[in-house]
Amino acid sequence: MDIAIRDGKIVEKVNELRAEKVDASGMIVMPGGVDIHCHIAGSEVNTGRLLRPEDHFRDFERKTPKTRSGVGYSVPSTFTTGYRYARMGYTTIMNPSMPPLEAKHTHEELNDTPMVDKGTYPLLGDWWFVLEYLKKGEIEECARYVAWMITSTKGYAIKIVNPGGLEAWGSGRNLSSIDDQVPYFDITPREILRGLLKVNKLLNLPHTIHVHTNNLGKPGNYLTALDTMKCVEDLASEDKPAIHITHCQFSAFKGSDWRTLKSGAEEIAKYINNHSHVTLDMGQVIFTDTTTMTADGPFQYTLHELSGNKWVNHDVETETCSGIVPFRYRRKSYVHAIQWSIGLELALLIKDPWKIFMTTDHPNAGPFTSYPRIIGWLMSRKAREAALNRINPRARNRSLLPSIDRELGFYAIAIMTRAGQAKALGLKNKGHLGVGADADVAIYKMNPETIDPSRKYKTVRKAFKQAAYTIKGGEIVVKNGEIMQHVKGATMWLDVQVSNPVEITDEMKRRFREYWTVEYENYPVTENYLEVSHPITVKANV
Amino acid sequence: MFKMMNLYPLRKFTFPVIAECVSPDVFQDKNQKEIEDLEILEGNKQKRLGELFKVEETRKEQETIITVYGDVSKVRRIGAYMTDGEIIIQGDAGMHLGEEMKGGKITVHGNVAGWAGSTMKGGTIEIHGNTSHYLGAPYRGSNRGMRGGKIIVYGNVGNEAGTYMRKGLIKIYGNAGQFAGLRMRSGTIFVQGDCEERAGACMTGGKIVVGGFLESVLPTFTIESVKKKVKIEEKIVKGPFYLFLGDLTENGKGRLYVLKEKNPQLTNYEKFL
Repeated sequence: MDIAIRDGKIVEKVNELRAEKVDASGMIVMPGGVDIHCHIAGSEVNTGRLLRPEDHFRDFERKTPKTRSGVGYSVPSTFTTGYRYARMGYTTIMNPSMPPLEAKHTHEELNDTPMVDKGTYPLLGDWWFVLEYLKKGEIEECARYVAWMITSTKGYAIKIVNPGGLEAWGSGRNLSSIDDQVPYFDITPREILRGLLKVNKLLNLPHTIHVHTNNLGKPGNYLTALDTMKCVEDLASEDKPAIHITHCQFSAFKGSDWRTLKSGAEEIAKYINNHSHVTLDMGQVIFTDTTTMTADGPFQYTLHELSGNKWVNHDVETETCSGIVPFRYRRKSYVHAIQWSIGLELALLIKDPWKIFMTTDHPNAGPFTSYPRIIGWLMSRKAREAALNRINPRARNRSLLPSIDRELGFYAIAIMTRAGQAKALGLKNKGHLGVGADADVAIYKMNPETIDPSRKYKTVRKAFKQAAYTIKGGEIVVKNGEIMQHVKGATMWLDVQVSNPVEITDEMKRRFREYWTVEYENYPVTENYLEVSHPITVKANV
Repeated sequence: MFKMMNLYPLRKFTFPVIAECVSPDVFQDKNQKEIEDLEILEGNKQKRLGELFKVEETRKEQETIITVYGDVSKVRRIGAYMTDGEIIIQGDAGMHLGEEMKGGKITVHGNVAGWAGSTMKGGTIEIHGNTSHYLGAPYRGSNRGMRGGKIIVYGNVGNEAGTYMRKGLIKIYGNAGQFAGLRMRSGTIFVQGDCEERAGACMTGGKIVVGGFLESVLPTFTIESVKKKVKIEEKIVKGPFYLFLGDLTENGKGRLYVLKEKNPQLTNYEKFL
């Protein structure tokens, strides 16, 4: 079967005599990879770079005639990020946490991330405007402000991090369940989640709400994760996903403290298998030295207390907060080994690959360059056993992995790394090779008909590490793991059109003057700020 | 194959030279021609070792010994990652000498720039002159300090010697700068001469012995007792020494020994015993 490409799109056919041909016989052809959640740009990533000179010292790439130089293992510089993704056959990536105040910075870095199309999600779960309107119960008004915010920060989806907890962290507290009250605003995470989900539906956004749960990284938090999923059950319609729980591994801890920590993957998988309104991504732990960075300030503080490592914590005015702590996941640590196990258990116990996606929550649980390793573990029981033999023995005894025989096939992997993620993001032209799709293709050097991935997992790993070809927008950008040309990717953003847009009144400008360090005039990101702008128009119901 | 190699710098270097390849592990099993073809960076230019050094081979029945004659104070990372053999430098050496070395020996008959023995894991470095800051300390930002081996300095040492040290021994026969043993977790630092202020700041374990004048002990250290002698690697050093425990800001259990005889200003502490 041939795939014809013209003008950056996949078409029915082209003139075979004149077209450039790529011989992919005996190889596996997939759509370009899509990553739904990876912190690759923005102020927190950049602060992570500043915090970790030793990370750059370990890993660097020299400049070549075609590529630029770069440094960094867990927080690589922007150009290197783009090259490394392209080498693995990825062509679309999403930066999941952008404090709206730092939108300009984020877009500057995204402009400098080559080879891939990208988007970014503004953090809206703790924005004062949202909290105020939800408190008053004015969903439509809230929707109009969210629409204004998404369009003016050139964002792609609603990101919610530890709803309410970040606002509480501003006064030195955190919330421990989804029914705790947020100080001053007197609403609960449940109301924030439900409110923003309604907003999401009113605005017809392509992606669901993207949620980092409360209580993340604490033993016993699988109950919070289940509560979060349950609390929006009735709002879901037509079996469509309504909520995306991100890096679910960190939200699937069972047990009362770190010593009794167990995996809650079974309970979560059971719930997901019986419900269709949730999608997840793994947040798979890799045993390596990495940098954790989230907008979840209280969680990062806990992590700093646990590890004793250096840290950064930051309050972003009226919007959110953030924290960064370098972290090393060790095989011999009971907790880290259990975490490693939870990620894989989730991926294997959830039957439908359209509901769980492969991520490492780069760089929180490991750098994205370890994706081929995860594919190896998912496809081969033997690979899992080899890894299991090297982890903490107590964790090994408690892990569910030895009892799981499931080995994923190439189709399941293609769904978890591309098609499913593109579908969840509502990207109609990505994640498939049908006519009309963007010509983003990844070709890997292995024959899916002859190779036995469960035994030859090392070959599979190697093939996924270095794509034989990566085609981006119809151009061959990578050949045999080498960058052939430096191309710019587009920045996708939502142009949300509401019938009655937010008026920038003097009242709003007064608030800007009062609450923000930035004047209103300097706040929105204008379209000419994006080097390659790709607006997606969305017609809202308000 | 055992051999002895002599290196002579052909000129005075004005740009930093990165010479990871000057290491017994690399030189082993290579003939003179191959050694001359080794890649080396001068500034941002890729060069061959033979363009910067005259290489001379003298066979001998012993393990690989590399001797460098002349001033190589601009040459960095000599002996990095080495596991065996010996390097002798008859002159000054540059930064990052013996970085992350695992075994073997480096002797310098001259002064050495900063970061000598950075993150080393084993082996010995002997410096007969002075050395600069960050002796045995990890690279900026990293907390993986020295994990073994021995560094002996006969001259003076700059600031922050033995930062984040976890194991091993640093012996300084001259004076030490500020922050000796900053954040050290284990291991031993011995300073025979004077030590500038803030010795053992944020230490959580290990041992620092000061045989000279130490102007003041950090307020986060408490006096424990007066010891008659201290043992440093089989050898007994006679005291008496004040023993301080700290650093209390880090809940540390590090031990700081200060010679009583040279430090009359610390007699105040005796009333707390």
